Amino acid sequence: MFRNNYDGDTVTFSPTGRLFQVEYALEAIKQGSVTVGLRSKDYAVLVALKRNADELSSYQKKIIKCDEHMGLSLAGLAPDARVLSNYLRQQCNYSQLVYNRKLSVEKAGHMLCDKAQKNTQSYGGRPYGVGLLIIGYDNSGPHLLEFQPSGNTLEVYGSAIGARSQGAKTYLERVLDDYLAITDATELIKSGVEALRQSLKDETLNTDNLSIAVVGKDIPFTIYDGESVSQYL
Amino acid sequence: MNHDPFSWGRPSEQTYGQYDHSIAQASIPKMNTQDPIVTGTSVISMKYNNGVVIAADNLAAYGSLLRFNGVERLIPVGENTIVGVSGDVSDMQHIEYLLDEMKIENNYDNSSPDDEEALQPSYVFEYLAAVMYQRRSKMDPLWNAVIVAGIEKDGSPFLRYVNLLGVTYSSPTLATGFGAHLAIPLLRRVIDKETDIEKTDLALAEQTIRESMKVLFYRDARSSKKYSLAIIDKDKGLMFKQNQEVENMSWKFAKDIKGYGTQKI
Repeated sequence: MFRNNYDGDTVTFSPTGRLFQVEYALEAIKQGSVTVGLRSKDYAVLVALKRNADELSSYQKKIIKCDEHMGLSLAGLAPDARVLSNYLRQQCNYSQLVYNRKLSVEKAGHMLCDKAQKNTQSYGGRPYGVGLLIIGYDNSGPHLLEFQPSGNTLEVYGSAIGARSQGAKTYLERVLDDYLAITDATELIKSGVEALRQSLKDETLNTDNLSIAVVGKDIPFTIYDGESVSQYL
Repeated sequence: MNHDPFSWGRPSEQTYGQYDHSIAQASIPKMNTQDPIVTGTSVISMKYNNGVVIAADNLAAYGSLLRFNGVERLIPVGENTIVGVSGDVSDMQHIEYLLDEMKIENNYDNSSPDDEEALQPSYVFEYLAAVMYQRRSKMDPLWNAVIVAGIEKDGSPFLRYVNLLGVTYSSPTLATGFGAHLAIPLLRRVIDKETDIEKTDLALAEQTIRESMKVLFYRDARSSKKYSLAIIDKDKGLMFKQNQEVENMSWKFAKDIKGYGTQKI
């Protein structure tokens, strides 16, 4: 009674046309710690809350660089994020070597989308269990993408994914016009950190658990960790 | 081991008996590389203060037979790039196909294929250079010398050469084949160094290229009178001039030349 017969694998549609395995994968993102992304006219920023298993262990990295002009932060299964970010690195590398061209962020989004989609259409596999926020600076300026394992990749001005991300999202929606107009990278990072604060419950931000990345017109993709984030706390 | 240079590396007969030559003579290995058959001659090009000029004649020769008279060897790629090809014409047509594919590929999943994410001369060149080097490394070269000319999106002129070996180089004046011997010295009278580009306007550049095409027609036995000339200007964009002809040739002196030495009449 009341057993769901339609969530055994990714190749089964429910009578209402849903793919439950994909929806479960989306749940895995919500288990991950929160990460925020936002952009202005010249820069794009990622801010992430790192988690540790206990007081003796290190904090799990949340931000991965893919190329000089592109990188991402993750929420969900870290191994899946490694697979996807390694793929993005390869594609950035290929574009650079063969065409002497920076892979456009739009193209990167489409490629991730196609890769994730394959995993929702054939038997035996599983969808990726990770959400990504991708930032990059290319010929058409700074970009922020939100990737979901369903294969959806959207371009956004600001977003947050992970546990209690709604707080940060609401904040970003409210102050959209403010950070869009910011012309200074440091200021944009500060509003990113402020957004992240809206999603905290028990934790407080410190140099151990805060991770920041920025890319823009005069900044290659750079990750700030540890002591270098203290000025933003 | 046998150290006789004609059977080097084989087991020595004293030790192992007569060598069975059928072992190493199983068959002729697969052969890709042959020779160019139908060929296009020089491509010549130079920069000027606001862009680049490139020209190539419309002939495809079959050995010494001037076989095909209406062959276009300047291939436009988008609005800012021209690829000039000399060497084997069938391989040139393969390059045309590759460039066509490249354009299609660029349109895929690209919302600004005509502006921010349009193909640039540098992208086209890097791709062709990769293909040329890869093919020669497979011992199956595309038998061409190629010049890519254009304007980059930042407005800077682009001019670079690649050939069947995958050798690449850049210079304010570039030419392939006979052009490298005959046209380059003429082009360098106008542009000798990087700083001369600024002093050269379109009119002078175009005239220099046309003069060089004339000299090439005088002296290159595989050249033709008809040629195409393309200008990529920072402001005016691509100007593709086809059906050009070598003009103002000087032959009047010929009637005064008699015999090979002592002959007077």
